[in-house]
Amino acid sequence: MLPIGHYLFLSLALFIIGVIGVVTRRNVIVVLMSIELILNAVNINLVAFSRLYGDVAGQVFALFIIADAAAEAAVGLGIIIAFFRNRETVLADEMDLLKW
Amino acid sequence: MLDKVLFYFFAGIAVASAALMVTRRNVVHGAIFLITALLATAGIFLQLRAEFLFIVQIILYVGGIMVLFVFVIMLVNLDVALQQIQFARQKWVALLVSLALSAQVALMFWSSGKMPGQGLPVLTAAAAERLPPNSETVAHSLFESYLLPFEIASVLLLVAMIGAVVMAKKKDVTP
Repeated sequence: MLPIGHYLFLSLALFIIGVIGVVTRRNVIVVLMSIELILNAVNINLVAFSRLYGDVAGQVFALFIIADAAAEAAVGLGIIIAFFRNRETVLADEMDLLKW
Repeated sequence: MLDKVLFYFFAGIAVASAALMVTRRNVVHGAIFLITALLATAGIFLQLRAEFLFIVQIILYVGGIMVLFVFVIMLVNLDVALQQIQFARQKWVALLVSLALSAQVALMFWSSGKMPGQGLPVLTAAAAERLPPNSETVAHSLFESYLLPFEIASVLLLVAMIGAVVMAKKKDVTP
């Protein structure tokens, strides 16, 4: 079978790609999708360790993370729709109403 | 052997489509590539014998969350946004953050004194008929040990649902 390091490196790669997406993209929808990717990378870690130690608690926590991701996507996309209705933009650096 | 082939297949698809998701200009293409990455992750879950999470990943992530994303992408005006610059000037911040994360993992391996893949614990192969039924064990754990977090998660989803409706509602609707 595979060593646990393989899963750690896959998770690290997905996490870093997600962080790069959050930092570099201007479109808020792509930023939210990158956050989903980050949560997914964490899930891979949890499930791999759950398999390693033969304990399903990791899978249960992955379930909770998926529920959190659903809640975050719903609220985030609602905010994006409300903002687009007011300002006609989805670019992160044009959202500067609170910037002094 | 089959495990290794499956892992590299799904991991390659996941990393490649994640990289494409971040770099494509068109948001719809990005959403499609994210769906591919999530499906490949579901394959990784299946390879790890987490059948329940495999199904949940496909139904909830790909069938629920990504459909929501595609709906919102269609709602906001895409043609205007495509003409604008898609990347903020934060290349160096991104490089710095990813280097810091990699250094953290390298430090972890260095402090454990083992090379990756050598001294780390290896997932033991169990015969298929000796594995416990995955959905049942997850359900037992979820509804016995983690019942309170489960209820709190349901409250969280209710709050998120109300919040999303309030956010997306038109403000000038007179009662």
